[in-house]
Amino acid sequence: MQSNDLIQNKKTLEPPQGISGFVADWSGDKEAFHVPWGKAMMWIFLLSDTFVFSCFLIGYMVVRMSAVEPWPNTSEVFALEIGGQHIPMVLIAIMTFILITSSGTMAMAVNYGYRKDKIKAAILMLITALLGLSFVGMQAFEWSKLISEGVRPWENPFGAVQFGSVFFMVTGFHGLHVSIGVIYLFTVAIKILKGHYEKSGNYEIVEITGLYWHFVDLVWVFIFALFYLW
Amino acid sequence: MVENTQVQVGEHGHQEHPVSLYLKIWVLLFILSGFSYMVDFMHLEGWLRWSLILLFMSLKAGLIISVFMHMMWERMALICAILIPPLALTLFIGIMAIESNYTFFSRLMFFTGS
Repeated sequence: MQSNDLIQNKKTLEPPQGISGFVADWSGDKEAFHVPWGKAMMWIFLLSDTFVFSCFLIGYMVVRMSAVEPWPNTSEVFALEIGGQHIPMVLIAIMTFILITSSGTMAMAVNYGYRKDKIKAAILMLITALLGLSFVGMQAFEWSKLISEGVRPWENPFGAVQFGSVFFMVTGFHGLHVSIGVIYLFTVAIKILKGHYEKSGNYEIVEITGLYWHFVDLVWVFIFALFYLW
Repeated sequence: MVENTQVQVGEHGHQEHPVSLYLKIWVLLFILSGFSYMVDFMHLEGWLRWSLILLFMSLKAGLIISVFMHMMWERMALICAILIPPLALTLFIGIMAIESNYTFFSRLMFFTGS
């Protein structure tokens, strides 16, 4: 009897039209991902960013495979003299370790965010941001070193000209992501410390910020392997 | 808090893991980065170099995505929505590799050594 009523009711209920119909169709009780919406949206943003970085790296593959002049030996280009010793790629190695360390501190911040331990989460986020800042600083040093040696987006004294453009594009875009991540981390950490999330007791933002930061580290893994080591 | 090794699932599917898990993954990432740096330092060449670089890269990426980004504890719907679309890139990489080989060939044939 009751189910009959429901069927009757369903027939008479017209779905809304126009814009409200659009909203109803796209939203009405059709939740696919059982995660907070902010987290789902961050994942989808990161997926799109994956394609952006993939385009850069595929573009790098194309210019490198089709370059007629020899590709510079990155091991030598990024070598530094430290204490009279010639160490290949040392700065890049330090940058890699710093970024991995910052990922570790971020993972722990997320963990304390789950436990709603806001002081520890905020402090670990600030440490992460500082490590990110030192990464950007080293990148600035690396850029100025290469620029002073005459590397430009359109020329390169060590071999194939395409090396210059790929270097500035790929590391520049990654550095931009790190810089935005540092600002993001500082903002969220300060909001946590000010008690912005106290009332709702909802510290999902820590996890969402963490996803972005880990993604920045993830991209560096690919850049380190494919651009610096290859 | 640190001692509890059992994964606790909170009200919104939040999980708590012992801090030691993150430390272990962190150490593992450090070691893998060290290995990939050694590939360059030891001047390994050719297929050995490329396969080792790709191996360490994939292991590091896998650890970051699955543990640090918590992907291994997410539901299958989210895992598939995020990890399957990038597979299309393999096709993209393939066709661009063919194209670049062709460009390289034409440059050698028609634009150099004249």
